[in-house]
Amino acid sequence: MIAIIDYGVGNLFSLKSSLAFIGREAVVSGDPAVLRAADKLILPGVGAFADAAAKLREKGLDDLVREEAAAGKPVMGICLGMQLLFERSFEYGEHEGLGLLKGSVVPMQGVIPADLKIPHIGWNPLIFRKQSPLFKYIKDGDSVYFVHSYYASGCEDSLIADTEYGAILTAAVQKGCVCGCQFHPEKSGDVGLDILRAFCETEDFE
Amino acid sequence: MISKRIIPCLDVKDGRVVKGINFKGLNDVASPVDLAEFYSRAGADELVFYDITASAEGRRLFTDILCEAARRVFIPLTVGGGINTVDDFDRVLKCGADKVSVNSGAIRDPSLVGKAAKLYGDQCVVLSADIARIDGVFRVFAKGGRENTGMEAIEWIRRCVGEGAGEIVVNSIDTDGVKKGFDLEMLEAVCKAVKVPVIASGGAGCIEDFITLFKTLPGVDAGLAASIFHFGEVSIPHLKKTLESAGIPARTVKGE
Repeated sequence: MIAIIDYGVGNLFSLKSSLAFIGREAVVSGDPAVLRAADKLILPGVGAFADAAAKLREKGLDDLVREEAAAGKPVMGICLGMQLLFERSFEYGEHEGLGLLKGSVVPMQGVIPADLKIPHIGWNPLIFRKQSPLFKYIKDGDSVYFVHSYYASGCEDSLIADTEYGAILTAAVQKGCVCGCQFHPEKSGDVGLDILRAFCETEDFE
Repeated sequence: MISKRIIPCLDVKDGRVVKGINFKGLNDVASPVDLAEFYSRAGADELVFYDITASAEGRRLFTDILCEAARRVFIPLTVGGGINTVDDFDRVLKCGADKVSVNSGAIRDPSLVGKAAKLYGDQCVVLSADIARIDGVFRVFAKGGRENTGMEAIEWIRRCVGEGAGEIVVNSIDTDGVKKGFDLEMLEAVCKAVKVPVIASGGAGCIEDFITLFKTLPGVDAGLAASIFHFGEVSIPHLKKTLESAGIPARTVKGE
């Protein structure tokens, strides 16, 4: 069973629906017992990094995610959920993340040309950087849907795909059983569903 | 490079899409969920569900339909029509909407945009403005374009962006239904005034109109239309391919 971690951040209706659509009933829960019993975890998130990190900590779910990942349980972060997997974020100050992946979350502002709009909203093609089980059903150049103003940097270690928006921005990461998408697979049509399907099916991420 | 978005708009009244014809593979043209699925498969980048119901019963039906659409269609969904309070935002977001479009509701209560942006984030709040030229000045209209508010449109849009509107839909009343192309002059004025995504609406009659739109105004992010898609005058896969051939970044989908 897949568990979507509910820690009071964001709307989980579409994510749960997308998993149901590909034949995976997911449970949405913030209960540690349920999350520990799940085969795989999805860490969603929208909003501000500091706020989300604090909510995760308050519920003691930061340690839970770290422990489960260390024990080899596949974890997928989506959007802000992906950003939380890194060591730190520089969104309004400096804030500590889960530290499951090497790298920092930094603003796009000042990195992309000033005439480009922030947030980066819309469909943009993936540029594959490394083969990953997540890409089993999709191909280089397939488009996915992004909504974000910050991106992961210094994450060559786990980088599997970029996208281009005036600069090269991290789109997807995976290292062992820990992976993440900056875009929204649950809003990226068939390509997104195929990424979720691959995540659900994969037994061995090594 | 980011794609230009193509957005069909579905007007829903009492649970049914108001206009439409039969497409191959689509049995019930008036079913919002079936039509949404059809457009998603055809490569629509986003969908707008516009609730034009007046009754409470119709509103409940609309909410049910939205939930069903969000269970079957996995592209961004924007909901508009009858959004007057933060509770209305809550109602449609819980059903799987990603963005909420406000129009008359923001005119009636200008604090609505700011309140919603604080709660749900700027990216969730879309300002939809119905605009017409009155004595050479762009004016904002309320109540589906029936009532001149007297407000200057660019000023209104700037103010709403300042409050947190994350995207602007510009509906030109002057070009709407004429099918001779988007209102480039009006759109240019909006693009110059704000730095958030601008969605063009009103006036598209053929594929060429979308090419002209994106070639002339690189600042426009998306084109929205209803009847030309519903009546099959413009097919989305064909539109996308033509955009791509013209050097405009467009997303094409598998199997098309």
